[in-house]
Amino acid sequence: MSSTQNEWPLWEVFIRSRQGLGHKHAGSLHAPDAQMAIQNARDVYTRRQEGVSIWVVPAESITASSPDDKEVMFDPANDKVYRHPTFYKLPDEVNNM
Amino acid sequence: MSETDKNLEARFEAYVAEEKKIEPKDWMPDSYRKTLIRQISQHAHSEIVGMLPEGNWISRAPSLKRKAILLAKVQDEAGHGLYLYSAAETLGVTRNQMLNDLHTGKAKYSSIFNYPTLTWADMGAVGWLVDGAAIMNQVPLCKCSYGPYARAMVRVCKEESFHQRQGFQVMLNLAQGTDEQKDMAQDALNRWWWPSLMMFGPNDADSPHSAQSMKWNIKRFSNDELRQRFVDMTVPQAELLGLTIPDPDLKWNEERGHYDFGEIQWEEFYNVIQGNGPCNKERIAARVKAHDEGAWVREAANAYAKKENEKRSKSATHAA
Ligand SMILES: [Fe+2]
Ligand SMILES: [Fe+2]
Repeated sequence: MSSTQNEWPLWEVFIRSRQGLGHKHAGSLHAPDAQMAIQNARDVYTRRQEGVSIWVVPAESITASSPDDKEVMFDPANDKVYRHPTFYKLPDEVNNM
Repeated sequence: MSETDKNLEARFEAYVAEEKKIEPKDWMPDSYRKTLIRQISQHAHSEIVGMLPEGNWISRAPSLKRKAILLAKVQDEAGHGLYLYSAAETLGVTRNQMLNDLHTGKAKYSSIFNYPTLTWADMGAVGWLVDGAAIMNQVPLCKCSYGPYARAMVRVCKEESFHQRQGFQVMLNLAQGTDEQKDMAQDALNRWWWPSLMMFGPNDADSPHSAQSMKWNIKRFSNDELRQRFVDMTVPQAELLGLTIPDPDLKWNEERGHYDFGEIQWEEFYNVIQGNGPCNKERIAARVKAHDEGAWVREAANAYAKKENEKRSKSATHAA
């Protein structure tokens, strides 16, 4: 048996822990299709009421930014301190603004 | 190693030393990747094989409540195995490869699961001591430098605490029961004590890979440190149960502020690791049998997925 032969696709599992919160990545699992991935995710990731809603996404459908681009992508925000409220020193009377 | 690789490796080590995390697509030294694949897959195998000694007692649990608890615990161990297999896969190894290694006897797993579970009291001793030792080992891994492993361990550790508590409760009920029940509890403690201490691995002086793993923030405390903590934590619990730890050298050392304990029989440990423990062959045979006998379920799932897919594409053509 070759190692990837017959391997079920990998699904990334996202779980909403309660109404009002976003879905958060919980982990991944293998399943033959989306419906069974959801059923498996129920058993693997929500045995203790960890969720009220599950998303499964084929891992190969995710497009991710490359770690090599980390600096190009995210460093430009480094020197923009004026985007934060703490940059502005105001008189005490209005400082809770 | 080329000059660039050396630079990258130096940068990597400095980065990890600052308690920063490594994620799957980040650059990492080959040896770091290999070490993690080995450790995480062995850990996953231990969870999966670990289901067998306890699964053995599900149908013979003394009450419906105990049966439900044991079933939930064994199901958790399956979950732990699955979290860990997927964490290992982020490093480039496939699930089939890992299963293959387990089923052909190439992969290792914790030697503790090669001991038999002879009586119901063993369900108590396993939860109390084996899960207890596992927790001691696993808690520091929640802060390990590899993100997916650390996150899987956070999930595992949250679930482990009930495993140890239910085990202690089984021991407590037996210890407060009839003379026969108390003897059963003592006998289980006698058989599981030393193998549990071996779960922390060889003495520090004989643990050659530990230093590198510590440097990489995969390992946080040495084997002997964790073992000592386990002994210090467990002795008072055994006293509370009114049971005797089977070690004549065990005694409180005022000066050290720790319990001294006897020499571990390492020959036995290496013997079990090498495949000669009481249940090595039985465990792998049971695992292979379960996998083979589950083949029709996997095939049925494939057939069902195919049929559903065809149904969907048919109704999509009709709609168009
Ligand atoms: Fe576990
Ligand atoms: Fe456990």
